[in-house]
Amino acid sequence: MSEVLVLVENTPQGIRKSSLELLTAARRLGSPSAVLCGAADDAAVASLGEYGAATVYVVPGTDGYLSVPAAEAIVDIAGRTNPVAVLVTSGPIGKDVAARVAVRLGAGIVTDATDVRSEGGVVTTSQTVVSGQWVATAQVTSATAVVTVRPNAIAPEAAPATPAVQTVDVAFSAAATGAKITASNPKVSTGRPELTDAAVVVSGGRGVGSEEGFGVIERLADSLGGAVGATRAVTDLHWVSHDLQVGQTGKTVAPSLYVAAGISGAIQHRAGMQSSKTIVAVNKDPKAPIFQVADYGVIGDLHKVLPALIDEIGKRKG
Amino acid sequence: MKIVVLVKYVPEPTATWKFAPDLTLDRGAVEGRLSELDEYAVEQAARLQEAGTASEVVFLTVGPAKAVDGLRKALAIGGDSAVHVTDAAMHGSDALATSLVLAKALEKTGFDLVLTGMASTDAEMSVVPSMVADRLGINQATFAGALSVEGGTVSIKRDSEGAVLEVSTALPAIVSITDTNPEARYPAFKAIMASKKKPVTTYSLADLGVDASSVGLAAAAVKVTSVTPTPARTAGTIVPDEGEGGAQLAEFLSSRGFV
Repeated sequence: MSEVLVLVENTPQGIRKSSLELLTAARRLGSPSAVLCGAADDAAVASLGEYGAATVYVVPGTDGYLSVPAAEAIVDIAGRTNPVAVLVTSGPIGKDVAARVAVRLGAGIVTDATDVRSEGGVVTTSQTVVSGQWVATAQVTSATAVVTVRPNAIAPEAAPATPAVQTVDVAFSAAATGAKITASNPKVSTGRPELTDAAVVVSGGRGVGSEEGFGVIERLADSLGGAVGATRAVTDLHWVSHDLQVGQTGKTVAPSLYVAAGISGAIQHRAGMQSSKTIVAVNKDPKAPIFQVADYGVIGDLHKVLPALIDEIGKRKG
Repeated sequence: MKIVVLVKYVPEPTATWKFAPDLTLDRGAVEGRLSELDEYAVEQAARLQEAGTASEVVFLTVGPAKAVDGLRKALAIGGDSAVHVTDAAMHGSDALATSLVLAKALEKTGFDLVLTGMASTDAEMSVVPSMVADRLGINQATFAGALSVEGGTVSIKRDSEGAVLEVSTALPAIVSITDTNPEARYPAFKAIMASKKKPVTTYSLADLGVDASSVGLAAAAVKVTSVTPTPARTAGTIVPDEGEGGAQLAEFLSSRGFV
């Protein structure tokens, strides 16, 4: 069975959920091989094996660089294994890696896929296009398909295997090591889940009213164990940091529950959240477009509705 | 230092887009504009020129005849000249073909620094900057939230999970710029008039030495087999808050197992 190369990400909290989603998708196309940049601890290998990795390629020497060494490692491994597909998670690193790999392999590339499958032996993808208004289905006709997959689009399913671990020493090109990370300034940890991985996201828009007012969004997120998001209007006003922006030029999220408070629902915002499984909206304006995509909506003042909701959740939790 | 800014002429995001029978976006049916996300790169280039860091700024686009309007908009913001690659054979080209043509055009214009937006607002792929870097064998620093150039080095700030990274690389390099950079200025009437006198050079694929069979819909390694409207979400329950909105919402969340 053909190999499928999967770029996985290891964090201090373990292998990222989106990487396990990729391994799950990879099993539909062939035999998954994880490509892990950096050190491979036992827990990481065990977790990759649990989700079906038959091989784990460990690539040393990528620390201190953004994405080009990872791309060259995949090209190197692909040269020996002729994979049917290379899967990476959508995001800045994933896009950079996929772009380079596609050029080097002359491979067709699909970005932001929400589904990957094999139809008659051909790698077939689904993706939303034009700010989420259309769904495009595509077939990749080159020998290898390069696909970036949106986090939270494919449910991870375990399929235990015992991976063979191989260290791959790659001779990186001058261009691979030409851009160096000179500093890494850690952000203050909120203890909340990562926005793109979170099962619950609570977002606030301009209707929240002020930076101080945004506290109620954070309190609701904490009571639901979720991440905090915001519209571009809010990040442009610096009420919260830019990396919490959900929408066309921010993050795309697809959680089980998305709560939109004080958000009108402009198309640029909806593009980043309309794949959420359940959508709840609170807005003063009954004509706000967000209500068109909401499973449940409350027309009212979020500064009255959300505190009452937080109280009620507290009571139900006991 | 010579800067070349890659820009794209895209369908107006607020217009209703249609697909042609060959499942490509019907660009003729929709009003176009300079991609809003590329305007950040155009503005950066103009600022670097005003600061004396850049000696020459050129805007480069690949697109149909009307794409020259996007170049004119960029030239009203700043820069010296523009290059328009246009060829009927480009219709339906994928990112691989587009990056090939851009790389060939960049070899012709020459450059020290290439700037682009973080994505186009139509295809939204964000892969062309890395592809161009790979084809030209130059350094890349993508998704720059802020940018500075000193001597032969370009430094960026890039948002990542848990940290803001600082990345430096030597020129020649390509940098893509996010929308946290300063917004493009609104060109003054005088600047718009002056921009009409700035030269725009047009190239065909043959001028760039690109074989027409390596681009276009037929050469694309991804075949779109269907494009359908996203299924509408079924209408939900919308209630006015009459003092019970919070409790009603809690009840709904509980019924779905979130509380």
